[in-house]
Amino acid sequence: MIRLLTFFSVVAIPIMITIILVHGAIKRVNLYDVFVEGATEGFKTAIRIMPYLIAIFLAIGLMRKSGAMDLLTRLMTPLLARIGIPPEVLPLALMRPISGSGALGVVQDILTYYGPDSYVGRVASTMMGSAETIFYTMAVYFGAIGVKVSRHTVPAALLAHFVAVLASVWVCKILFLSP
Amino acid sequence: MSKIWFGMIMFGMMMAVINGKTEIINEVILQDAQEAVVFAIGLTGIMAVWLGLMNIAKKSGLMNGIAILMRPLTRVLFPSVPPNHPALTGIMMNMVANMFGAGNSATALGIKAMEDLQTLNKDKKTATNAMCMFLVINMSSIQIIPLAVLKIRADAGSSAPTEIIAASIIATSISTIVGIIACKALEGRKI
Repeated sequence: MIRLLTFFSVVAIPIMITIILVHGAIKRVNLYDVFVEGATEGFKTAIRIMPYLIAIFLAIGLMRKSGAMDLLTRLMTPLLARIGIPPEVLPLALMRPISGSGALGVVQDILTYYGPDSYVGRVASTMMGSAETIFYTMAVYFGAIGVKVSRHTVPAALLAHFVAVLASVWVCKILFLSP
Repeated sequence: MSKIWFGMIMFGMMMAVINGKTEIINEVILQDAQEAVVFAIGLTGIMAVWLGLMNIAKKSGLMNGIAILMRPLTRVLFPSVPPNHPALTGIMMNMVANMFGAGNSATALGIKAMEDLQTLNKDKKTATNAMCMFLVINMSSIQIIPLAVLKIRADAGSSAPTEIIAASIIATSISTIVGIIACKALEGRKI
C-alpha cells in the first residue's frame, strides 16, 4: 500500500504533463508556441510576488531569530498542556502556521532528542504532515493578485490548524498508545 | 495581514533588543530578504513551466473537460464560480500537486488559480468567498506522502519511518473538513 502510494507520488506530475501534451497534440495545438506564450506569463507573476515574499520572510525571520517565538511558546505551554497537547511538540504547533521550513527544523530537533519512534516523535511527525503553513501561503497567494483584505481566511485557517494539532495528538494516542 | 505583519516585525525587534541580540535585526534584513529573492527566482522557472502547460490545456479544451468532470464537487465548494471557468482547473491541479507533495508546482498552479478567481472579483482589493475557501483547503490539504517528514524520520534512525502516514491522512482530513465548514460559516453576506 505504502509502496503504491510512493509510486503515485513519483509519477503524478509526469502523468499530468503527459496527459496535457498528448491531449494537446491530438487536438493539433501548436504545442511549442503555446507553451512559450504561457510561460511568459510565469515570469511576470514570479516577479510580482517577490516584494510580498520579502515582507513575509522578514517578519518570520525576526520572530524566529530574536527569540520572540520561544517566548510565545513558553507563554502558551501551560495553556495548551491542559488540553492534552504534549509540551514537547508545542514549539512545532506554533511554528507550523508561520514557516514550513522552520517547522521542519523543529521536527528534526524533536526527533533527534526524543527519538523518531517515541510517542512525542510520532506526534511531531504527524503534525508536520497534517498542519498548515498559513501566513506564508496567504502572503504569496493574495500578494500575487494584490488582494489586501483577506476576510475570514485567517480565522478559518487558524481553526483548521488548531484542529489539525489536536487531531494529530488524538490520532497518535489511539493508533500508537492503545494496548 | 497588515496588523499581523506590523505585530510580527515590532515584536521581533523588541525581543531582539530585550535579549541583547540587536545584531540579528541586520542579519535578518540581509539574509532573509535575500532568501526571499532567491526563492522567488527559483519559483520563476517552475511557474513558467506550469503556466506554459496550462496554456496548452486551455487551448486544447482539456481544461474545460476537467472543469465539467469536477462540477459536482466545485459547485458545492465554489458556488460563485461559473462551472466551466478556468480557475476550477487550476484549483484542481493545485490540489493534485499538493496531495503528491509537489510543493512548488502546487504554488505555481495555485497562483494561476488565484489570478483566474480575481477576474471574477468585483472589489479587487478584497478576497472573495471562493478565494478564502480555496486558500483554506490549500493550506490544510492532504499530502499523501509527506516526503520531507519521511526523510528526516529515516535520517533519525526510525525503525518504521512510514508508520505516521495513516495518522497524518486522518488528522488532515479532519482539519480540512473543519476548515471548509468554518469557511462556509464565516462567509456572511458579502460576495
